Amino acid sequence: MEHIELFFKSIFVDNMVFAYFLGMCSYLAVSKKVSTAVGLGAAVIFVLTVTVPLNWLLDQYILQEGALKWLGAEYAEYDLSFLSFILFIATIATMVQLVEIIVEKFSPSLYNSLGIFLPLIAVNCAILGGSLFMQSREIETLGLALNYGFSSGIGWFLAIVAIAAIREKIRYSNVPAPLRGLGITFIITGLMAIGFMSFGGMLTGGDEESPSLDSDPSNVGMKTEKVQKESVESTEAVSVSEITAQ
Amino acid sequence: MGLKQKLHTLKMKYKGTKMAPAFNALHTFLYLPNETTHSGSHVRVADDLKRTMNIVIMALVPCLIFGIFNTGYQHYAAIDEALRAAPLANFFTWDNFIMGCWTVLPLVIVSYGVGLAVEFLFAVIKGHEVEEGYLVTGMLVPLIVPIDIPLWMLAVAVIFGVVIGKEVFGGTGMNILNPALTIRAFLFFAYPTWMSGDKVWVHGAVERQQEIAAGANVDAISGETILGSYAQNSSVVYDYWDMFWGFIPGSVGETSKVLIIIGALFLIFTKIGSWRIIFSTLIGALTMGLIFNGVVDAGWIGESSKFYGLMSVPFWQHLIIGSILFGAVYMATDPVTASQTNKGKWIYGFLIGFISIMIRVFNPAYPEGVFLAILLMNVFAPTIDHYVLQGNIKRRMKRLKVKTA
Repeated sequence: MEHIELFFKSIFVDNMVFAYFLGMCSYLAVSKKVSTAVGLGAAVIFVLTVTVPLNWLLDQYILQEGALKWLGAEYAEYDLSFLSFILFIATIATMVQLVEIIVEKFSPSLYNSLGIFLPLIAVNCAILGGSLFMQSREIETLGLALNYGFSSGIGWFLAIVAIAAIREKIRYSNVPAPLRGLGITFIITGLMAIGFMSFGGMLTGGDEESPSLDSDPSNVGMKTEKVQKESVESTEAVSVSEITAQ
Repeated sequence: MGLKQKLHTLKMKYKGTKMAPAFNALHTFLYLPNETTHSGSHVRVADDLKRTMNIVIMALVPCLIFGIFNTGYQHYAAIDEALRAAPLANFFTWDNFIMGCWTVLPLVIVSYGVGLAVEFLFAVIKGHEVEEGYLVTGMLVPLIVPIDIPLWMLAVAVIFGVVIGKEVFGGTGMNILNPALTIRAFLFFAYPTWMSGDKVWVHGAVERQQEIAAGANVDAISGETILGSYAQNSSVVYDYWDMFWGFIPGSVGETSKVLIIIGALFLIFTKIGSWRIIFSTLIGALTMGLIFNGVVDAGWIGESSKFYGLMSVPFWQHLIIGSILFGAVYMATDPVTASQTNKGKWIYGFLIGFISIMIRVFNPAYPEGVFLAILLMNVFAPTIDHYVLQGNIKRRMKRLKVKTA
């Protein structure tokens, strides 16, 4: 049950693109064609699935406060968590290198169409974000970390495939000249995020909360606040697009 | 000189200037234009976009009229509970009609006025013909908002919906999300207190609450929707026939299921709405309802769970509470934002129904998820189409290979 909930949540509720707007650069740049988008999306799924559990192990046995206990009692109070960024990135870069080698070997055409964005997965913030969310949310087991990496990868994959299909569809639309290209893509992303907001707050109301969520005024206030915050985020996305258009 | 002739002279006078599209639109909206195509025409059909839109509007008019009566009825019934004993006798009365007109018509006027103003502005600036796309949107918008929504909010939302939802993509036929639903989503997320809860569905409830807060000695009016009651595990006061005929609180146009079904038959008969989408949406909703019923029957969810109220609703009832029927018939079938391929339409509709009921049950923040589910599937419709097309191409390539071999 825990696994199913995490799986569903990381794909839809905490979608990397539409809830956190992470990994936007390759999302915007490589979404012109569905086939390329599928390739990059698959690469991201793979990298996330491998790096999140690896980084979980790193976090558990090296980085966390007291994680070095297995070396001996005298190491028990070491806290290496300040190293997490650099070590996480090292893992990610290694894995991306691996993916690059594999893709170049087995699908040269995809390798060429992805171009610079394949090695740039190493600095894709969705990937580092996956590892850092894993750390800050204190995911408990290796299995859950694997699940988390895989499912947030799928969420990113869905997002990039959907926007690629939309961009293919609107290729011949008469978009106002200043908005063509990146501008309209930002607007589409904002609108898609509105669509994805249907899942916002889903499953968070578990059994432990009071059943009369709506009648409790303080809860309603909180909920409103949250919804407003979310809508501010999406309008931010729209306003960013307006800035780039100018 | 008749109005038609006058419009024609005006049009000729302004021909070639910036204002030309505006006059042209007025002329063609009211009358059949005098001009005919001189060069070779390629598509010969009797109904153009304007007629298509008008047919949808005709299908919506019964819902609007019923909504007008229902607004008045809900208002008076909330004050005097005795009226509910005989809904039919107390429904089609002048009092209800006047009260309804007083509140519903401003919504319609604001929606059309603001929306068409934006459309005309864009047409004049961009120098193309005014497009008819807003005709249906402008009718749908008043039907899917709560009755007491302040008019300025509606105006802001309409501007957002038409500009960001449609015009930036190049106008009618190019948008990716249904503009009416974009408008509703904007309202829902920007002004949540006016879009949900138990006070907004009956005219006068909010006002009455403010009076009480100010110290007036009157009874509070409360008009909770059925979904609202279920979500709080409280009992529902309306019986199924009320829900079916539509004597219940809700958005203006969504309540009467029987009129929506008539509208659906009309749309299917005139081939404007896709029966594939309508039916697959209903199938999707029933499937999800059956799954939830199964979960309750298997005993996985106890009475203490907050999901119990909505999960234990018999699956067929999901169709007559809330707005799933309205969404399926008038919103999901929007030919621009729905899937274009036949196979895609089945998948698209099924997922709309499926996700609507899922959001309805699982998401306590949004008891009515139909509009969000349709928006979500609008986002994925191009993806579905892409894969259906690729599948067809692959199959035909295979056939080709067999032949040549």
